[in-house]
Amino acid sequence: MSASATVHEPRGAGRALESVAAWTLGVLWILPLAYAVWTAFHPAEFSTRFVPGAPLTLDNFVKAWNAAPFARYFVNTVVLVTTILAAQLVLVTLAAYAFARYRFPGDDVAFALVLVQLMIMPDVLIVENYRTMTVLGIKDTILSIGLPYMASAFGIFLLRQTFKTVPRELDEAARVEGCSSLQTLWKVYVPLAKPTYVAYALVSVSYHWNNFLWPLIITESVESRPVTVGLQVFASTDQGIDWSIITAATLLTTGPLLVAFLLFQRQFVQSFMRAGIK
Amino acid sequence: MNRATQWIHAWLLLLPAAALLALFTHYPAVANLWHSFFSTPKGARPAVFVGLDNYRNLVDDPIFWQAFANNLWYALGTIPTSIAIAIAMAVWVNDRLPGRGFLRLAYFTPTVLPMIAVANIWLFFFTPEYGLLEQVTGALGFASHNWLGSKETALPALMVVTIWKEAGFFMIFYLAALQSMSPHLAEAAAIEGASRWYFFRRVTLPLLMPTTLFVLVNAVINAFRLVDHVFVMTRGGPDSATTLLLYYVYEIGFRFWDSAYAAALTMVLLALLAVVALAQFFFLDRKVHYQ
Repeated sequence: MSASATVHEPRGAGRALESVAAWTLGVLWILPLAYAVWTAFHPAEFSTRFVPGAPLTLDNFVKAWNAAPFARYFVNTVVLVTTILAAQLVLVTLAAYAFARYRFPGDDVAFALVLVQLMIMPDVLIVENYRTMTVLGIKDTILSIGLPYMASAFGIFLLRQTFKTVPRELDEAARVEGCSSLQTLWKVYVPLAKPTYVAYALVSVSYHWNNFLWPLIITESVESRPVTVGLQVFASTDQGIDWSIITAATLLTTGPLLVAFLLFQRQFVQSFMRAGIK
Repeated sequence: MNRATQWIHAWLLLLPAAALLALFTHYPAVANLWHSFFSTPKGARPAVFVGLDNYRNLVDDPIFWQAFANNLWYALGTIPTSIAIAIAMAVWVNDRLPGRGFLRLAYFTPTVLPMIAVANIWLFFFTPEYGLLEQVTGALGFASHNWLGSKETALPALMVVTIWKEAGFFMIFYLAALQSMSPHLAEAAAIEGASRWYFFRRVTLPLLMPTTLFVLVNAVINAFRLVDHVFVMTRGGPDSATTLLLYYVYEIGFRFWDSAYAAALTMVLLALLAVVALAQFFFLDRKVHYQ
């Protein structure tokens, strides 16, 4: 960036003061996590004693892993987030295409009805959706956790905006070549929207990896519980489990997401930005 | 392609998403209203029409009013603070302060972690006697205090966790807005001799208004939607001091299995969200856009 763009960056004493403030906030923000990492990697007697030479251990992780079926919970979560994402990508692409490139009677009303979900998310419709799942007879399955989220208004909205920026000429050229509607969608629109797909996928995966209330309600067995619910079941059984082990379990459940985030930090931040400004 | 075929194509493309949306968003919202006029079926006794009885119970239910008030305080206590912190974070990360890579990481990390997990970490932080907070306040000579166990401090403690978790998320939207701002504005202001603070207050902040609206709406929805930390840290206690509306819906609907009363409670939540939607649509949208 040119020097002129930086004229309003802090300088001198102001810069020092703001740096201190920014760093204080940064340290405060990272502190709870640093604390959790300390507790998880040290024996219980050091969990609140911050001695520099305290011995490191992986014992807490081993104990946590053996105390509850975390392996199964992980499999469930992975199946859950991939199922949801796969279904979302298909449904959202088709619907967004219809809204971006077709005029049909009732299109405005239909779009407004889609946007309703941005306000009234499935998270607050738990009572009725539980009833519906009971009627459908699919309670306590991974499918039942994912179903209410598969038609995502957020995704439809995001992708519609992207599809609208695709030049009409490309669309028409594909038609001249003899492509059908679906072929045009697949060969012209989908490749051009790749950054949006990446952004949406990251947002969706982190949302559903972290989701808790609906899975808690609709699952009741180890076979369908995702890690968030598994962690809560594990941490709330008061059988003298010590904090070091609970903290280790906590880091364990967030581990894959945290590692992915640290590795692809820039993409994550940019994806959330892209998803937000549309 | 003639018009009729085009309509059919459009509707076929929409059909799968529309069917799922109808089944899990529109139908439950309407069915919820319907079921709130009936009693909860018990054993062999089927649900019977009871008119407004559930709503009358609601008006007479002190815990409902407590949860309602808690939720409003919770929204008021978390939203302005998170937004203010988020703006500061975004400005700092956008400027070339030393170590901005670390800062961005530190600010944003809480956002990708599950609320249920961070609540466990914070639970330990607040634990009486051996929690980190107690260690610090103890070392400074303050008396021991049960932060999550007393009515005065339990809800503020939850607010702290929420602010910590959400500020970094909102920062992202402000950062995107700041980065799309024209550098010419800063140049012009510099030629006019405007101070950094003056520039921020008179140029940056007004230009961030559309972002603030977007963030505000999201923050309000989250204040009514996200109650995971209540499960871990307080279970609504002590004495309902931290019961938020959605948590109360859960308790009534899935611990006491009173689905009719839970439906009436859900209607309150839906009404609140509808107010947010209408306010955004009719009022705020017109006032904040400069284009």
